[in-house]
Amino acid sequence: MSCNRMENRILPYVDGRLKESERREVETHLESCAACRLRVNEFRAVTGLLDELPVIEPSAAFDMRVHARVAAEPVKRSWLGWFAPSPRVAFAASLLVAATIWLGSFSAPTQPAIAQEDIPVLENYDVLSNFEPLTELPQPVQADEADQQNQQM
Amino acid sequence: MLDVKAGDEQSFALLLQRYRTPLVNFLYRMVRGREQAEDLAQEVFLRVYRARKDYVPSAKFTTWLFRIATNLALNSMRDNRYQRMEISIDAPVTTDAEDGDERTLDVAEKHPNIEQHLIEEAQRKMIRHAIDKLPEKQRAAVLLHKYQELDYNEIAKILDCSESALKSLLFRAYETLRVELAPLVAQQPR
Repeated sequence: MSCNRMENRILPYVDGRLKESERREVETHLESCAACRLRVNEFRAVTGLLDELPVIEPSAAFDMRVHARVAAEPVKRSWLGWFAPSPRVAFAASLLVAATIWLGSFSAPTQPAIAQEDIPVLENYDVLSNFEPLTELPQPVQADEADQQNQQM
Repeated sequence: MLDVKAGDEQSFALLLQRYRTPLVNFLYRMVRGREQAEDLAQEVFLRVYRARKDYVPSAKFTTWLFRIATNLALNSMRDNRYQRMEISIDAPVTTDAEDGDERTLDVAEKHPNIEQHLIEEAQRKMIRHAIDKLPEKQRAAVLLHKYQELDYNEIAKILDCSESALKSLLFRAYETLRVELAPLVAQQPR
């Protein structure tokens, strides 16, 4: 095994987390490599030093604060939950919906309404389409033409 | 956690009791402020509570818990980077300001061997400083590896990387610590 391959194995070796076959492989390499042996010893020393940091205890009020924040959480209910506490309201709403559907079934299908004052105009459509004074009116100006005129000005 | 999911409030209290100390210590070593660490730990428990209905036991609970904690800590550190609090020179002298310990200096009272105590304190300060200097992700990896004793696989999931990438990350971190702590490493028994 090369020293480069040792990189990812030194720490698991120090931790004792290598498989038996990997551990034997590492130990064979360590027997012939003083540099890796030194590194293993130094990594062991580092992990030993990290053990020296003290453990702190959460403050006495910590649990109380967590419980208070949890208690302040809004209670989530599903949409079905809206009906659960008031079945009477649910029943009344259902009756209202059923009555609306039932009443709606009596009304006849309706055509689009035409206003009374529009009827004579429609009746005289042929007359109006051939009405001479209307043909003499100026043609409506197109938007593009209006732009061109503005640019020329 | 499955009991908490089923709505058992007492199980949540047990969860809190079991994980509060490791969680507060992990966050304290990440963010270096006791009060901030406790605030973040509270937030972690609140998020666990909120997400209890959606919890799927596909991963270990500790993996899930520390993933929330790590993400919160990393976000908090990024938010605070430009808002570092200035420590007042008028603040009372404490045994170790970095410790977040509020006790005033009473070394002579509790430690008859003052010299030994000061050496140990300086040593701890050096170790803390070396951990603080690690890049955020390396620091999280070391803390989860060393103090939570989580498997490589779990830590990789928490940090959202492959197991092989995690091993490289840890190797680099321990290499940095080895160099930073060289004077102490040399004194350690082999």
